[in-house]
Amino acid sequence: MAEILFWFIASLTVLSAAMVVLNNQLLYSAIALLFTLFGVAGLYIYLWADFIAGVQLLVYIGGINVLIIFGIMLTNRISSVRLSQTNIQQGFGGVIALWLLIIISLVISKTPWYQVTSAEPSSTVREVGTLLMTKYLLPFEAISILLLGALIGAALLSREAS
Amino acid sequence: MDQLNNYLFIAAILFSLGVFGVMTRRNGIAVLMGVELILNAANLNFIAFSRFGGMNLDGHIFGLIVIVLAAAEAAVALAIVINIYNNLNTINVDEASMMKE
Repeated sequence: MAEILFWFIASLTVLSAAMVVLNNQLLYSAIALLFTLFGVAGLYIYLWADFIAGVQLLVYIGGINVLIIFGIMLTNRISSVRLSQTNIQQGFGGVIALWLLIIISLVISKTPWYQVTSAEPSSTVREVGTLLMTKYLLPFEAISILLLGALIGAALLSREAS
Repeated sequence: MDQLNNYLFIAAILFSLGVFGVMTRRNGIAVLMGVELILNAANLNFIAFSRFGGMNLDGHIFGLIVIVLAAAEAAVALAIVINIYNNLNTINVDEASMMKE
């Protein structure tokens, strides 16, 4: 059962990711991106990362995807129903993307990855919090400064020029 | 589902699709969606290696930081896209190629 669900989530992720880059309707791409992010969150749960899965749902689906849909709404004339958009150089781009995929797949299948079997933890929240406050305190503070900068920068950029 | 390679292959497909989107899309916001796919692929790799490398939680911290960076990047990029739209009335990246109007 869990195996079937895993393959369902994996195919949902990959197929909706293909929709994101191939669909001509911009809004449909944004909705497909929602399903991709949701599928990735499901994969995180299979990887025992419950906290990261929750953050993925909150920040990616609740924040970034809504922001992207807002961006689409603000930069298209909704009334004229021309939300479509086109791709250019599809053949060239397809060849490069396929070449990348083949190279990466070869590397993945040929490399003997270092693997350790471990027991499934009941929750990772406590350990992640401890790591953030001890070993990774400096990156944590740096990312706070970065978020503040991004906040001020985005507000400054999108303000009406006076 | 207990194979590291499965997750790596899914991440590789997501990454290739994201690169394809970044290279072929004309709309600025659609390019941004491709970037989000690439970031998600990288994140999936971090978490997968964390799980199969003995549940080492350093990978989770990296994943969190990537998610925060993606949020900051999306906010600033969308502000820039809206500014370009107000100035040039288009957000197709091949038309908005000049540094000034």
